Amino acid sequence: MTAPAIRVQGLRVVRGGVPVLPGLSCEVAAGSVTGLLGPSGSGKSTLIRAIVGVQKVAGGSVEVLGHPAGSPSLRTRVGYMTQSPSIYGDLTVVENLAFFARVAGQPGATADRALEDVALGAHGHQLVASLSGGERARVSLAVALLARPELLVLDEPTVGLDPLLRRDLWELFHRLATRGSTLLVSSHVMDEADRCDALLLLREGQLLAEGTPTELRERTNEPDLDAAFLRLVETVR
Amino acid sequence: MSLRITLAVALRVLRQLRHDPRTLVLVLVIPCMLEVILQQLFGRDSPTFQQVGTPLLGLFPFVTMFLVTSITMLRERTAGTLERLMTMPLHKVDLLAGYGIAFGLLAVLQATLVSALAFRVLGLDVSGPKWLVVALAVGNAVLGSTLGLFVSAFAQTEFQAVQFMPAVVFPQILLCGLFVAREDMATWLRVISIFLPLTYAYDALARTADDQLDARFALDVAVVTSCVVLAVALGAATLRRRTD
Repeated sequence: MTAPAIRVQGLRVVRGGVPVLPGLSCEVAAGSVTGLLGPSGSGKSTLIRAIVGVQKVAGGSVEVLGHPAGSPSLRTRVGYMTQSPSIYGDLTVVENLAFFARVAGQPGATADRALEDVALGAHGHQLVASLSGGERARVSLAVALLARPELLVLDEPTVGLDPLLRRDLWELFHRLATRGSTLLVSSHVMDEADRCDALLLLREGQLLAEGTPTELRERTNEPDLDAAFLRLVETVR
Repeated sequence: MSLRITLAVALRVLRQLRHDPRTLVLVLVIPCMLEVILQQLFGRDSPTFQQVGTPLLGLFPFVTMFLVTSITMLRERTAGTLERLMTMPLHKVDLLAGYGIAFGLLAVLQATLVSALAFRVLGLDVSGPKWLVVALAVGNAVLGSTLGLFVSAFAQTEFQAVQFMPAVVFPQILLCGLFVAREDMATWLRVISIFLPLTYAYDALARTADDQLDARFALDVAVVTSCVVLAVALGAATLRRRTD
């Protein structure tokens, strides 16, 4: 058994006096596509920001690829996609990718490949501000893919996308995992849970359950993951 | 610190400007327009135009770049691109230096254009070297840029950022000696003016106009340069990798 890609122990995050994560512990297996699921406001983005090292933390530890989260050595090894597309609206798609590729120290060719990965090749010379919300999200995803990082942390990458594109992206995620990357993908749509190797279910800053989709079904005796989630919430009460 | 990343940031900022020709035209044309108004207001040969024309020419880039930089940086913070960059192998200084280079280059263009107009067409005259006026203008632009970067940390919206201009820039222009000689000011105002970087920026320009490139001029340049370094350090301190 290899060491987990992410190990979170007793993570405590307080924002505005309110504990958003009161003391969270979880692990993400290396080489897996792990889904971070939970309703809006459950603390998914906060956990993700702590993992990429941009969240102020009040206690606990987050270890990523064997290093404390936010270590300088991780900055070339972790790809991060923020929840709202963090790209420049007043640049074209290609200019955005070229900039981030230079910052990441990647040759220009990686930008073309990332663009193909998210099926935006035809929009390369369009200004980002003129793209639809879904297209912008894909540009943002392409930026995270640039460096072919060992760990990809994606905050709601498929929100607002049409089903066909969503399926393609999940196939891409699994292809990347086959090539050796670990992916942590957050979503608030339970129907995406089935596409993950492992799940972390989050609610009100607490880890409700973790395991494979099959394990969660068996534990709750619910064939439907949405219902399984509900059952878990009720059991906790 | 990495030269590759610094230049990448500078190139990116310049590309953003290129996609925004309206801002570019405004940055280049407004100082020219104001210089023309000034000349028409006082008359070509009036001592007032000759006295005020040069310092104003050298202070325009300060004002413009303060505003442009603070808004650009604020956007970087609110759009999440700063957060993304902070997870990448980018040093804070790379970002600040990249901004400085890009807006410095824009200032070269702006100062050259308005100087050419003022010296060749409007009849403005300086006793000192004209290239020095342009050089000081560019230095002031970099000062404006770095101060803009710093104050952008205290604004949450673009409305607030715009208000920092009257708050931070106008008092400095009023107290730098352009409108009332510093010797004639009330003592408390003169004391305040000692601590404002634009006082020294203005004095350097006025001395260039009079060809008084003495020790006091050297001090002015040294103070402005130190203020740039200080503003960069303060600006870097406001760029936090971890936020709430």
